Amino acid sequence: MSRRDAQRRIALFGGVYSNYLALAEAIGDARRRGAQELYCLGDLGAFGPHPDRIFPLLRENEVRTLAGNYDDSLARGLEDCQCGYTDPRDNHFARISYRYTFENTSKENKEWLGKLPREIRFEMAGKRVLLCHGSPRRMNEFLWESTTPNHFLEKLLHDHDSDAIFATHTGIRWSRKLPGDKLFANVGVLGRPENDGTQRVWYSFVEARDSALEVTSVAVNYDHPSLMREMRAEGLPDEFVETIETGWWTTCLEILPVKERLRGRW
Amino acid sequence: MNPGEQPSRKSQPLVELECLDELWFQVSGTLCNLSCTHCFISCNPKNDSFGFLDLETVRGYLTESRALGVKEYYFTGGEPFLNRDMLPMLEETLQLGPASVLTNGTSLRENTIADLRRIALRSSYSLEIRVSIDGYDAAMNDPLRGKGTFAAAMRGVDQLVAAGFLPIITMVQTWPDERTLEVFTHFSGELRRRGYSRPRIKILPTLKIGMEESRTHGYLPEERITAEMMEEFDPNDLLCSHSRIVTDRGVAVCPILIEAPGAHLGKSLADSLQPFPVVHSACYTCYLHGTICANTGATLGTDR
Repeated sequence: MSRRDAQRRIALFGGVYSNYLALAEAIGDARRRGAQELYCLGDLGAFGPHPDRIFPLLRENEVRTLAGNYDDSLARGLEDCQCGYTDPRDNHFARISYRYTFENTSKENKEWLGKLPREIRFEMAGKRVLLCHGSPRRMNEFLWESTTPNHFLEKLLHDHDSDAIFATHTGIRWSRKLPGDKLFANVGVLGRPENDGTQRVWYSFVEARDSALEVTSVAVNYDHPSLMREMRAEGLPDEFVETIETGWWTTCLEILPVKERLRGRW
Repeated sequence: MNPGEQPSRKSQPLVELECLDELWFQVSGTLCNLSCTHCFISCNPKNDSFGFLDLETVRGYLTESRALGVKEYYFTGGEPFLNRDMLPMLEETLQLGPASVLTNGTSLRENTIADLRRIALRSSYSLEIRVSIDGYDAAMNDPLRGKGTFAAAMRGVDQLVAAGFLPIITMVQTWPDERTLEVFTHFSGELRRRGYSRPRIKILPTLKIGMEESRTHGYLPEERITAEMMEEFDPNDLLCSHSRIVTDRGVAVCPILIEAPGAHLGKSLADSLQPFPVVHSACYTCYLHGTICANTGATLGTDR
């Protein structure tokens, strides 16, 4: 392991959902902690206001970004976000969010989204690291802590020639160490709180240490009252604003398994 | 094609098993305490054409499932809680991964629910309880599921909710599409009124086989998947591309087709990994509606 590799520190950002205020805060925080590389695991738009404000932040700060299902839908002009909701209420809000984001993302930025890779691979601390959005096999696959068995993750790591997989997509962070010094981690999201009754959002900080990867979840506090004001000014649903304010999810609840659902308010 | 005629082998649409994500167990075979008039596998209190699975058998398949990377485990019947090993089966499964059990909820005893709660709390994986109720009141449900079954199943739901579960209520759609939102809203309101503050409701299409074939009618001859229909179609939307079911006769392709000819693929999971020809009439419903048997997809129920 080279000296540079031994000291390597990276930051992994999950879904941004147009929350450019949280993204700016997270980038600053990661830099202060000494992150040399920044990555974003996709879903730049959705939910929040002014989706085009995300792109300059990513480009100016050289955040290497891969495609999430939302990005893929926007780039290809699909009818929905590919989250697979069937609940009429979830679908109602998903449609509002998608339509707003589609209409407010410039043609150039949609083209940029269309060029994003589906995965990013590199070696760190001698480990083969794979970054993806949902899972390495399906961009929109939900991997929840309470419904993802260890043996499933071990097979996923084996099938995709990796020692560590980092994903996002569900909106709730978790990580698990596996035999053979392997690892799976959901890095969390910057776009909205993780249904825990606080306004914090999260990203993951990864350091190479003694031939191992050490993953730390980092809470980000940002100017959420400004975000709420802007969401209201843009006519986004009160239910979305409520989530930013209270930290409890009010939509997209259908996809939660029972253990994760019970931790929330709704 | 004439009724009952099978497509030629050459034109049979084959679906590869991409990954064994869901493993089902037909734990009580075709034995059920109810005799629903729309049951797609003709389960009733006397139908023992498929028998119970024992704990040792389930344990063997659980062991085999690990190397195959199975993601979720489902337990069905018949009525799964007729099997006296249901609780230890769930307990052992939940050491490995998430489990879902599909019950009619009419015979859940207080001590069973207490045990379920204990088992669920002890595991880091989710235990989902799905309760079949086919209407928002007795007038709608009981003609299908039997006299008194609405009241009995709702008592089961009440007990599950009181024990801290969020049961998924599954309803087979026996009404026209335009009534779906009204049925959902009505049932959701009824569940809330009884104290289930965040009801989860999953609506399923009818499968026109088994008892349902005589209650209404079977599939039309043209209601079949053809090889041409599979072009441009994502096979991942079909259950058979990512699941199998263990019965007392071995491993079959999916929970819907256990009585269909050709649906049984071998004794072990390894035997069952072969491609499956989706030539059965009920495959057409899966083609139209997607993976209808899984917990997610076609679920309603987050109206706060």
